[in-house]
Amino acid sequence: MVKAGALSFANVGMTFPDGTEAVQDVTFDVAPREFVTIVGPSGCGKSTLLRIASGLLRQTAGEVSVNRERLGFVFQDATLMEWRTVRGNVELLAELQGIKVTERKRLAAEAIELVGLSGFENHYPKSLSGGMKMRVSLARSLTLKPPVFLFDEPFGAVDEITREHLNEETLKLFEREKFAGLFITHSISEAVFLSTRVHVMSARPGTLVATFDVPFSYPRSPELRFDAAFGELSRAVSHALLEAHS
Amino acid sequence: MSQLTDTDVVTAEAASAVAPSDQAKSATRRWTRRILPPILLGLFIIGLWYLISFGVLDEQRRFLLRPPHAVWTVGFANWENFSEILTGLWSSSIVAFIGLTIAIVLGISLATLMSQSKLIERAVFPYAVTLQAIPILAIVPLIGFWFGFGINARVTVCVIIALFPIIVNTLFGLLSAPRGLHDLLTLQRVSRMTRLRKLMFPAALPAIFAGLRISAGLAVIGAIVGDFFFGRGDPGIGQLLQRYANRLMGEQLLAAIIMSSLLGVAVFQLFGLIQEKAIGKWHEEREAEF
Repeated sequence: MVKAGALSFANVGMTFPDGTEAVQDVTFDVAPREFVTIVGPSGCGKSTLLRIASGLLRQTAGEVSVNRERLGFVFQDATLMEWRTVRGNVELLAELQGIKVTERKRLAAEAIELVGLSGFENHYPKSLSGGMKMRVSLARSLTLKPPVFLFDEPFGAVDEITREHLNEETLKLFEREKFAGLFITHSISEAVFLSTRVHVMSARPGTLVATFDVPFSYPRSPELRFDAAFGELSRAVSHALLEAHS
Repeated sequence: MSQLTDTDVVTAEAASAVAPSDQAKSATRRWTRRILPPILLGLFIIGLWYLISFGVLDEQRRFLLRPPHAVWTVGFANWENFSEILTGLWSSSIVAFIGLTIAIVLGISLATLMSQSKLIERAVFPYAVTLQAIPILAIVPLIGFWFGFGINARVTVCVIIALFPIIVNTLFGLLSAPRGLHDLLTLQRVSRMTRLRKLMFPAALPAIFAGLRISAGLAVIGAIVGDFFFGRGDPGIGQLLQRYANRLMGEQLLAAIIMSSLLGVAVFQLFGLIQEKAIGKWHEEREAEF
């Protein structure tokens, strides 16, 4: 067992009933206040890993230990309830937890403020852009004050500029909320920009083939992306990724 | 997004100063484009109607198609005749309303059960389809045998006719909630009831309303058809149609047909309006507008 607030995978494997081996022998830890990213191309089993971490899937081999209390989870798309306003969507999880109305209103207002959506509380999802929907989705999980926050390729569907903005905001949230983050992506610059550590995943059956510690301290500025050391590290990750998939 | 510069404000004001007259113009254009064509076609049809009444039919056979003004004076402008039609229409509306209400309660309950268990879905679905396929005429004697020849039988016809779209649409709607949202709720370990209440039902509303709109129209048809076979009690509009036809009362017959059609249209529009009020705020209409 690992101490609370952390996540730990030991020799985890996943073979689906149809015989597809999605993930094989994956071992890594996320310590509290660490932000770990797993990069890999589509279909390498990254999302499977995250579904195992969340408990939505049960691994067929190995040990998984995750603090799932008030688990934060952001999906590939925003997964908003279109019949609820921004406020209603952000309040959902607190509501399901049975938190009192006044308290969840306060939590929601705070989270909406944090993701920069003040003034949009009464909008319905249909009138929001893709980036704004993603912010609502982030805010929804933030209301739980999650010790562990899982991100399943959350910004894959938005345009590049929005993505960079959302990256910067994710960083701010991480710096402020001090959760342990596990982030899945296929974008190398996103991985390096956000993380304390980057794991590279091989093709199916996915396993971790390379690990890079990211030395840059927090808070990080957007300018970091143009730093020579940032470029060096990105190149190294990119090489490892290419090697794993050649 | 919220930071407007000074120039933005100025252009916004300028734009709003120009807007009203532009809006009025485009409203007129929309009116001529959308309202005028059906009116022209309507006038053409009335013209054709006159042509047939006076040009094609000779005087002995003119009872087959009375001219429009005769339909107006006898069928609509004569209060005694018109109130008879309205009374029949009202009686049929009540039958349709009761039938529809029963179909809604029954249909949504069944669909909810089916959404909770694949076993129930598989068991019930073939019978729901069969219900839809039963020719009403074939079971008329049975309905009369079981429910008598009055209002109960008429309501039964409405229920049978209106039930299927409600079951199918509700079930489709309940099962349409996105997987991501199901996962989200699973992570919160919610109960089956909570999942149904907070996710599946709201997600089903657009489909349920689409089903209601179809079923409401069918219930009106059911009430009129039911009238033809089960005429005991207050005469509905179907009874009147039959009587007018038998007695060669062409003006009233046409007036009653027009009024029944209007009832169908009104019910369809009413449910569209209810739908708009209930879910218009958040639901994005994906189908073409009629």
